Parts: sequence; C-alpha cells; structure tokens
Amino acid sequence: MLIAIFSAFVVAVFVQPLFKFSKKRAGAILSLLPLMLFLYFAYNTSAVLSGQLQFETYEWIPSLGIHIAFVMDGIGLLFSLIITGIGTVIFLYAGSYMQDYKYMNRFYIYIIIFMASMLGVVLSDNFLVLFVFWELTSISSYLLIGFNHHKEESRYSALQALLITGTGGLALLAGLILLSIASGTFSVSELLASGIDLSDSELYVPIVILIFLGAFTKSAQFPFHFWLPNAMTAPTPVSAYLHSATMVKAGIFLLARFNPVLGGTELWQDTLLIVGTVTMVIGGALSIKQSDLKKLLAYTTVSVLGTLTMLIGIGTELAIKAFTIYLIAHALYKATLFLVSGTIDHETGTRNVDKLSGLRTFMPITAITAILASLSKMGIIPLVGFVGKETVYASILELSDFGTIIIFLAILANAFIVVVTLLVGFKPFLGKFKDLQRKIHEAPFAMWAGPLILAVLGLLFGLIPQYIFASLIDQTALSIISKTIALKVKLWHGFNTIFFLSVLTVAMGILLFYFRIKIFSILISIKFVPYFKPSFWYDYILKGVMTTARAQTLLLQNGYLRYYIIFILLTFLTLSGYVLFVHESFDTISLDLHITFYEIALSILIIVAVGITIHSKSRLTAVTAIGIVGFSIGIVFIIYGAPDLALTQFAIEILTVILFVLVIYKLPRYLRFSSLSGRIRDLIIASAVGVTMFFVVLLITSAEMSSELKQFFADVSMPDGKGRNIVNVILVDFRAFDTMGELVVLAIAALGVYALLKLKLGNGK
Amino acid sequence: MNLMMAVLVAVLYTGGIYMILRRSMVKVILGLIFLGHAANLLIFTIGNLTKGKPAFVPEGMLSLDEPFADPLPQALILTAIVIGFGVQAFAIILFKRAYKTVGSDDIDQLNHTDELDR
Repeated sequence: MLIAIFSAFVVAVFVQPLFKFSKKRAGAILSLLPLMLFLYFAYNTSAVLSGQLQFETYEWIPSLGIHIAFVMDGIGLLFSLIITGIGTVIFLYAGSYMQDYKYMNRFYIYIIIFMASMLGVVLSDNFLVLFVFWELTSISSYLLIGFNHHKEESRYSALQALLITGTGGLALLAGLILLSIASGTFSVSELLASGIDLSDSELYVPIVILIFLGAFTKSAQFPFHFWLPNAMTAPTPVSAYLHSATMVKAGIFLLARFNPVLGGTELWQDTLLIVGTVTMVIGGALSIKQSDLKKLLAYTTVSVLGTLTMLIGIGTELAIKAFTIYLIAHALYKATLFLVSGTIDHETGTRNVDKLSGLRTFMPITAITAILASLSKMGIIPLVGFVGKETVYASILELSDFGTIIIFLAILANAFIVVVTLLVGFKPFLGKFKDLQRKIHEAPFAMWAGPLILAVLGLLFGLIPQYIFASLIDQTALSIISKTIALKVKLWHGFNTIFFLSVLTVAMGILLFYFRIKIFSILISIKFVPYFKPSFWYDYILKGVMTTARAQTLLLQNGYLRYYIIFILLTFLTLSGYVLFVHESFDTISLDLHITFYEIALSILIIVAVGITIHSKSRLTAVTAIGIVGFSIGIVFIIYGAPDLALTQFAIEILTVILFVLVIYKLPRYLRFSSLSGRIRDLIIASAVGVTMFFVVLLITSAEMSSELKQFFADVSMPDGKGRNIVNVILVDFRAFDTMGELVVLAIAALGVYALLKLKLGNGK
Repeated sequence: MNLMMAVLVAVLYTGGIYMILRRSMVKVILGLIFLGHAANLLIFTIGNLTKGKPAFVPEGMLSLDEPFADPLPQALILTAIVIGFGVQAFAIILFKRAYKTVGSDDIDQLNHTDELDR
C-alpha cells in the first residue's frame, strides 16, 4: 500500500518532463497510473472481502508511537476502488478537456498529489498519518479550486474552502490527539480491535465535538455547506473528482471509521441524524434556485452528503447497507453528470441551463450517458440509484421516533434532486435546439468514453446488485458497526410502501419541475435576513480578522522607531516588574555603604554629565559631556581593579569623541522635535526602567554568589597560559575564539564604514 | 558601594533610554552609547566589586590568592567595549550618510519605504 501511494507521488515528479514530451498524449498516459492502482486494489478485493485485512507498518517516529501504517479493510477498500476507478476516468477526460488550459501540467501534478493523499486518508492505520494525508487533500483541493487564479472569484472560493476545511482539520488534529490520550494508542486498527468503551471518559464529549468539526467541514455539512458550491469555480474534472466523488466524502469516511468506537451514544447518533437531515433538506432546497449546471449539481451533492451522514446517524444494519449502496451509486452518477456538464460547457461554451436544449442530435453519446446517469440519480428502476434510494427509505422507515418527519423531509429533498436532474440531465438534450452561434459536435473519445462506462456501470450494478454488493456490504458493515450483516440486496421488492414512496418522489419532482419558474420566483421574493446565512458569518469573521490584523500591524509595525522600542520596554517592565514586586522580597537587600569621598564626587560628575548630555541644545556640548561620562567610567574601572578596562575605555572614548566631532561639526543646531507630553511620557518610561535596574543591581549584589571560574582562571593562567595579567590571558588564550569573533565584527564594521564613506548615490541612475 | 553602582547604572539606563526615544538621530546614537556604558557597569557590578586588587599574578608566584577582582567579567566587558565602539562608529557614519541623503536629523523622515498604506 505504501508503494501504491508513494508511486503516485513519484509520478507527480515526472509530470513536467512528460508534458515536455507530449502535451496531447500526457493525459492518456497519466491515466494509466490510477488504472494500475485500481487493478492493484481490485486484485486485493477477494482477500479483503473474505475477511483478511491487509496491514503494512513502517517506522517513522517510533519514540512517539507514530508509524507509517496502513490497513485495508472493507470501507478502506471501497473508497480506494472509488478513488482510483473514478480517477482513471477523470485523468483520461481531463487530458482532452484541459488542452486549452495554459498550466495543464500543474493540474496533473495537483490532482495526482490529491489522489495519493486521498488514498492515504482511507488506508492510514495511524491517527497522525491520517491527519497528514487529510491536510494534503485540503491543500491540493485549495490549489485545484484556485486553478484559474487570474479570476478573483476562484481565489476567494479557494481560500474559503481552505480556511473552512483547514479549521476543521485543526479541530480534527486536536480530536485525534485527545482520542489517543483517552485510548492509549495511535493505531486505528488497534483502537477498533480493543473494543474500548470511551463513552464514560471525560474526554468523550470534546473528542466527539472536535471530530465532528473536522468531518462536517470537510463533507460540507450544515452550517459549513456553503464552500462546496463556491468550489465549482474549479475546472470541471476537479468538481467531478474532488467535490463530488471523493474528497468531500472524507468526512463521511472519518465518521464511519470511528463509528464503532465513538458511536452508540445519544450525542453521536442524534447529532449525526439531525445535522445530516438538515443538510439533506437545505442542499435540496437551495439547489433549484441555481441556473449553472455545476452549481445545481453541487447543491445536490450537499444533499447527498447529508443523507450519508444521516444514515450513519441511524446506524442500523439496514442503514449501513443503504450507506454502502448509496455511496457507490452517487459516485457513479454524480461524477458522470459533472463530466457531462463539462462536456456541454466545452462544446457549447455555456453552462447556463436556460440557454441549453436539443443537443441530442449533435451529441448522441453524451446524451445517452447523461440520461442513464440521470435515471440513476432520480432513482428510476432498474438503475443502481433506485436500489440506493429504496434502501435509504427503508432504513428511515425503521426509525421509531421521528421516522415520519424524516421520511417526509427525505422525499422532499429527493424531489428537489429530481428537479435538478431533469434540468441537468434531460433539458439540455431534449426539446428544440436553440442556436448558440457556434458549430456543435460530439466530444472526443477521451471525453465520452469514461462517463459512458460509469453510466453503464450504474445500470449494471442496478440489474445485478446481489452479485456486486453482497460481500462488499458485509465487510463495510464490519468496518462501520463491527459486525457482519447478512442482508440480501435485490433490485425488485414488489409493490410495497417503499416503492410507492419512490413513485411519489419522482412524481413530486416532475410536478416541481413544471412549476419551478413559479416556485423560483416565490423563493427569490423571500428575502433572507443575512444573519441566517452561514456564509454571511464566514465573511463577517474573515473581515474581522483582517481588520484586527491590520489594526494590530499598524499599531505594532507603525514605522516609528520609538514606538517599537516603547513596546519592547513596556513588555520588559511588565515581566520584570512582576517578578521583582511579586516574587522577590526587598528585605534581602543589604546595602554596602563604604563609600569614599572621591567615589561620591565621581558619581556626581557622571550624573551631571548625563544630565547635560540630555538637556544640551548644542551637539558639541552633548558630545563633550558624553566624553566626560566615558572617562569617569574608566576611572570607576581603575578604582575597582580593572586597569585593562580603563585603558580600553579611554582609548575608545577618545576615538568616539573625535569621530563625532568630525561628523557633526557642520550640522545645524539641534532641533527639538518632540512635544512636551511626548518628552514626559518618555521620561516616565525611562525612569521606570532605571528604577527597575536599580533594584535588580541591589538584589543581585545582595545575594551570596561565588564564582568557581574566578579561582580556576587565577590558578591556571600562569602555569598554562604563561601570563600574569589574567584578563589578557583569558582574552587571547582561554577565550581566543571569542576575541577572534570580535575582530571579525570590527573588520565588518570597518568595511561598512568604508563603504558608506565611498558610496556615491545617484551616479548610476 | 553597591548603592553607588546601582544609582549609576540606573541613571545611565534612564538617560540612555530617554535618548533613544528621541527623534534626533544624534541623540539616538548618544543613547546607544549610554546603554553600552550601563550594561558594562551592570556586568561589572554583578561580578562582585573588589577595590584596588587587579587580577595580576605577582612576580615569582604561580597562582593568585583572594581577594582579587574577578577577571572573567572584565574580559567580557573588554570585548563589549570594543564591539560597542564598532557599532558606534558604524552608526555615526550611517547617520552622516542618512543626513546627506535625507537632509534632516529627524528619524521620522526615514520611514517612508516600509510605510503601510492607510
């Protein structure tokens, strides 16, 4: 499995040279990758379906219990087959569809990375590896949604998708870490095998909420549904692949994956049931307001994702059966319809459903494909969509509470889906042809072959469901609810309640379709208060973050040196003030008052000179005064046994003063720039720092301290360093590298000075 | 004498910080010099002051006995003084250059290139 996933990443590296070789054939060649992976997974099918799980483990960070571990069980295999199978069709289709795009090579790199990451998500056996792949799918989704990055709409949608799924991803990471704390393992299969009951753990509620956040954002559940329709700005193959067949189902996959451990509680089941139902209805209701083919489909995807969530919420054997069939059925017909809408767009230049009709004579194969997929989507016998919808209804009817309400809502949502299907799958092809001012013909082979295969599979799976689904449902159920189920799958159950409900759904849908213009105008006339729209809150929060960031940047990075310094000083004052006045006691201070007369005189000299430097209106006076300060400090060094320091200080002081005088000699008089209040503010801050440092010095000097190094240097400098002046021995011997560094700094400063003096501005312009 | 050193350190820090908060570039450089002095004196004081006993090994002896001034802070300060001079020299020449280019001693005239649009 590792080789399967990483081979895709390796292929991504070679996309660029392949495109150099042949842009025309690159898509077809690259579609061999998902095809081979599909065959690999298909080859493993019989083993997995007979109950042999496949494990692979490679050490990554063993000290943290993180291994690159993979497991292929029923649900993992189901998703892998969908990812690689649909992937083959998409890769082939895009090779033709994307020919006119400038950066087709980038498209393939992104989508291969996505496919590999998505396989990683569904096959990971380690929480953190799962998370890494999860985030990789979000990032590749971002890059693909924003593929037409010259359009502002694309960039907005891409960022929206990234922010919403990314925030969910962070919640998921927190949830997974809490889960590993509560269960003591990072391994998915160990967790599932342990049969641990976490519902009594105090971490249970936070774990469930965080994992819900991750799953709901990724799978576009209400109230996070709005990013998915916006993501339709991506090229159509992306919408078909990521945003209907695979990536948006990652959240559902996650819920199914952890259902055996976290499920069974009211919190888990009821939340999923409610959120799923609400999403199902809202997705359906919002869809019929659209006129763009892809947006119509996107809202029905939201509705289907809601249904899948709801089914996990119901959680019965029948519901898991419905989940499996509906998942496959949806992947088959929705990817097909997306690709068909892409074909229509490609050949006619528009995706506006109001402008399209009568295309059947020009595009017969696409028309057949579209109608087959549409019949499946509407749930018409004998297609697989019919089997799916029947089992969904059957599992809802099993519910004791709310069963009636939910079945009503489900029929309503499915009636909306029927409307959308009539609009997308039938209307463009039937009726009288409207002239679109361009020559229309059938799409090339690469663009009709894949969708046709998917549509035919939808018919085949519907005709013989018992051979396709039986063992797959068995193993998927083992993954989701930890037990196998022996339910028969049949196409025809007879004229029962459920069949009646199916007929009712389609009838309602057709009725709604004919009155859609009226319903549409009513829906338009209802002006929603913006506060009810989740997307309003997204924009509101995003704007708030931007405004705050801007205000904070303008405050902290305002371009004025003194404010930067003031912020640093205030931070220092707060922290050191806290330590000084809360943690330290001033009782420990012992004052040493052995001060001689000349020390007092020297101190007064320094203080006065500092005062003159600050107050002086003449630069020359200020420089003279600072010279006095420097020389006085040199004398302090002499008094306390540091003649080397004094010598250096004197030499440096002379140089500084000379340099200063040379430079400032020709300048005009000082100007006083700052206001009185500014000066008072600065004086208060400066004094506060001074007082803090005063207490710091007193506290440190009062503490008993002895330095071992002091005696060490005294003992070894003569025997080892051959020098009597210990300070010098330290500098040139024990810390010679330090001195070397100091010389380098000086040399760099000297070079800088030389360069600044020689620099002639304005000559080269 | 720790009281005296504490007062000197405090005065130098106060003066230095007040000066680097000015708008005049010359004053900022003077402030930097004060801060350098303040830090040197701080390190010097922390290393236990010893009056009139430099760290010299007397003639004919192999090691030195207490009391004597701690040589390690002195070595560190010596490095700091020299580096401080390097910084000062560079700052003074940079100031000269900036004054030639901008034509003003005002540090607020130097923030145009990275000013945020507002």
